[in-house]
Amino acid sequence: MADEALFLLLHNEMVSGVYKSAEQGEVENGRCITKLENMGFRVGQGLIERFTKDTARFKDELDIMKFICKDFWTTVFKKQIDNLRTNHQGIYVLQDNKFRLLTQMSAGKQYLEHASKYLAFTCGLIRGGLSNLGIKSIVTAEVSSMPA
Amino acid sequence: MSRPAHRRPEYRKINKDLFVLTYGALVAQLCKDYEKDEDVNKYLDTMGYGIGTRLVEDFLARSCVRRCHSYSEIADIIAQVAFKMYLGITPSVTCNNASRNEFSLILDKNPLVEFVEELPTGRSSLCYCNLLCGIIRGALEMVHLAADVTFLQDRLKGDSVTEIGITFLKKLDEKKYRRKK
Repeated sequence: MADEALFLLLHNEMVSGVYKSAEQGEVENGRCITKLENMGFRVGQGLIERFTKDTARFKDELDIMKFICKDFWTTVFKKQIDNLRTNHQGIYVLQDNKFRLLTQMSAGKQYLEHASKYLAFTCGLIRGGLSNLGIKSIVTAEVSSMPA
Repeated sequence: MSRPAHRRPEYRKINKDLFVLTYGALVAQLCKDYEKDEDVNKYLDTMGYGIGTRLVEDFLARSCVRRCHSYSEIADIIAQVAFKMYLGITPSVTCNNASRNEFSLILDKNPLVEFVEELPTGRSSLCYCNLLCGIIRGALEMVHLAADVTFLQDRLKGDSVTEIGITFLKKLDEKKYRRKK
């Protein structure tokens, strides 16, 4: 779908725009990630509302996480999460081996330190979605080697 | 991995929603950061310019448009192919002046403002969709056409339709670039 290119480009511009205004000395670096995450939060809230309009009620947390891994991720990134692990005590690890927003950027370890900027929005997206489904959460992201 | 067919239109809509919602969150954040509407408009235009310079390559790769021979052909292609491909709408094109270098795209349905009821108070001169102007300007510049793109009418400001005006300026001659090198 051609829409994807639009969203990818918009996302990249957003990240670079936020960091450019930071360079001009207005805000420190940590605030940029927070800004991006908050934007993702708002979008995630709205998106999950539209998405779960017609789906059945979720039985438990694991059910919600499975929904996020399969349906939500497929809709947003056209593929499912590759691996979901949990310790059954509230910690879930979602692993995506070919993250859509990073595949076009690099494949390897060269730009690893910049990867976290591009993940902030998606973290916010998940956090917003979960919060509207009734789960308070903290979402962090880690990149071991682009684009995984 | 087969998906039931009746869910397809939902997926496409959600994808578009993602873009529309992201754009909305972006504009909201910009309104918080900048007090003056002109700053927000300028920022959106600059962002759109960056997007347009890259989007045009994607567009040319996906659509197999032939070389254009006139400005009106270009305006038609932007309206009928590009807008349809990326936003799913087909604005109508009108030519504004006799020298045939000013065109208007009239959008009766604008997907970007789907979730916007009205502009916030105190932001009456905000061009919500200024990103589109920047995108068109950036894309045209990458194919060596300088243009001025602005909003002539905006439904969010009370007009009946949304109208984007494209004014083609002097054509940037390719030979000029070679000579400079």
